[in-house]
Amino acid sequence: MTMLRDALLSALVALGLFGVMIGLKTDPGPTSLVLTWRPEAVAIAVVVVFFGRLALLSWRASRPAVAKGPGQVAAVMRKAGKYLAPVLLVLTATMPFYAGRYYLDLGILVLTYVMLGWGLNIVVGLAGLLDLGYVAFYAVGAYSFALFATEYGLGFWTCLPLGGLFAATFGVLLGFPVLRLRGDYLAIVTLAFGEIVRVVILNWVSLTGGPNGISGIPRPTFFGLTFSAAGGEGSFADFFGIEPDISQRVIFLFYVIFGLALLTNWVSLRLRNLPLGRAWEALREDEVACRSLGINVTITKLTAFGIGAMFAGFAGAFFATRQAFISPESFTFIESAIVLAIVVLGGLGSQLGVAMAAAVMIGGAELLRGIVIAGVDLVEYRMLFFGLALVLVMVLRPRGLVSGRTPSVSLGKAREIPAEMVAEGRG
Amino acid sequence: MSALLSLKGVSTFYGPIQALRNVDVEVNEGEIVTLIGANGAGKSTLMMTICGNPRAREGSIVYDGTEITQMPTHLIMRANIAHAPEGRRIFARMSVYENLLMGAHGRAQAEVADTMEQVYALFPLLKDRRSQRGGTLSGGEQQMLAIGRALMSRPRLLMLDEPSLGLAPLIVRQIFGAIRELNRTTGLTVLLVEQNAFQALRMAHRAYVLVNGAITMAGTGAELLARPEIKAAYLEGGH
Ligand SMILES: Nc1ncnc2c1ncn2[C@@H]1O[C@H](COP(=O)(O)OP(=O)(O)OP(=O)(O)O)[C@@H](O)[C@H]1O
Ligand SMILES: [Mg+2]
Repeated sequence: MTMLRDALLSALVALGLFGVMIGLKTDPGPTSLVLTWRPEAVAIAVVVVFFGRLALLSWRASRPAVAKGPGQVAAVMRKAGKYLAPVLLVLTATMPFYAGRYYLDLGILVLTYVMLGWGLNIVVGLAGLLDLGYVAFYAVGAYSFALFATEYGLGFWTCLPLGGLFAATFGVLLGFPVLRLRGDYLAIVTLAFGEIVRVVILNWVSLTGGPNGISGIPRPTFFGLTFSAAGGEGSFADFFGIEPDISQRVIFLFYVIFGLALLTNWVSLRLRNLPLGRAWEALREDEVACRSLGINVTITKLTAFGIGAMFAGFAGAFFATRQAFISPESFTFIESAIVLAIVVLGGLGSQLGVAMAAAVMIGGAELLRGIVIAGVDLVEYRMLFFGLALVLVMVLRPRGLVSGRTPSVSLGKAREIPAEMVAEGRG
Repeated sequence: MSALLSLKGVSTFYGPIQALRNVDVEVNEGEIVTLIGANGAGKSTLMMTICGNPRAREGSIVYDGTEITQMPTHLIMRANIAHAPEGRRIFARMSVYENLLMGAHGRAQAEVADTMEQVYALFPLLKDRRSQRGGTLSGGEQQMLAIGRALMSRPRLLMLDEPSLGLAPLIVRQIFGAIRELNRTTGLTVLLVEQNAFQALRMAHRAYVLVNGAITMAGTGAELLARPEIKAAYLEGGH
């Protein structure tokens, strides 16, 4: 009986919400927007909510009262992680041998986000500094590489460290004004920083080409050998005496980003066991205690911002060389939001979780492309799926897919982040 | 005897609010000095000011012959001063072992293991719990961890801000016992802030009373315990 009442109440709320959001549709009319009323769509939504709620409640009621404690689940996940990680590693490393061009491209995209996720994890997961403007460093890396390459003719391998260096510098620059900020305030300032960088890029036309972006960015070379489709003197295919094929470059790019991602992972794992990494974690837990223990909080925060940004810079440089064209459109807030969602979904601080979340969110969303149901391409709904995935994970596993550290009061933050992300996903 | 730590005419402000007024405090090597005062008297502020966060606006703080008034906090804390701030402030998601390691931040690896054994000897319970998350320890255990963590830097001066906060009498006695033991066997100098005035004064070589940011009384622990105004203000029902 209470279930029925609960479900009815949910349906009522749904009616209130969807009555406006789904029920009213605006269409461009001859002179102005015309409102169309769609009662049948609202009815469907309300009915779905009603029965969904009912099903959820009865499922809960039928479930045994003793659920697995979070510690137990975490232990299982950790044990699985021990085997899962090497398996995933091997599967990824051998991907060019069994996957086609399309999947390799997708793999490159996923690995880029894995790398970004791992980089941001240093800032958000380890040091506990909520950064909503991470894409700024990605942009800085991409643009510094693009500019050095097109203006000064420097190659990818020279520019890669430069891109990282520039991004790290920007990270430290952002760090200074936000040293005293935490939580929501920090989030707002970093968000603004990300937007400022994008707007500057957009408007500094003489340097960055503004909205037109920069094109003709050189491709990476393999010890000086190019991957031109035509083959010819000095090309990879020519040197090794094989047929030139565009997929050679894709495979090469795949291994480059694979290597970069592994580097990011290795560095963050290493740092975690060093005093600096421990200081980051301690800083996340309690800043006052850190000061009392003689930890230089300023340096600790700046290094977290700097090193996190550096990896975004590397990823940005890679992005630029892969696309051969960049424009401000690739560096909007939604990118920051996606990377942050990957980190949160993966379970703040877990390397494997981040990789899995990236695979699901980026790879999964891409795989929706081409699946057409009732005349609409599902990929258009990927933001909806993002939101759904976030809500589901936060309901079922509030600490993220793989949560290594035991829950604590300070983890309350983990619940706040997804709430924002969900709002983002809807928009 | 020259003092290990001496504050002369120290005033501290939070914005326009003055929290410390012209405070003079001396702590000699090997002493236990207790600071008592009502809530909001400025006891924690005094300790924080010694740490340089917030900084004293007037006056000077000299530690071991060095003026530390304007030194950055992390350098002060590396000068053999340890501070266990009010409210334990354990790193909740880090293990007991990691918490202790954080206390030895910046010290050479080799010496750290030794110090850790000493801390474990003082609080054997921490050794049993070394891989448990700090946040899951009980209040008393957390307090032991907070003191142990502070000791990991091998301080000459240990500053404890209300170590008995929220603890059962038995645990309080245990913790005070540990402090006295350390002081006797290693000559550790202790500056102690306490609400638990009776026990803290009994343990102290000397004590100060802070009222509204100013020192109003000073003397040996026994002297202060005997004063009627102390009895009235801080000891009624306090033991
Ligand atoms: N960060 C701050 N900003 C502004 N005022 C502060 C700040 N910290 C402390 N104060 C004020 O300074 C005064 C002294 O505070 P302090 O924490 O030193 O008191 P206390 O003696 O330690 O009290 P308790 O026994 O309750 O811990 C109080 O009036 C308090 O409100
Ligand atoms: Mg206090």
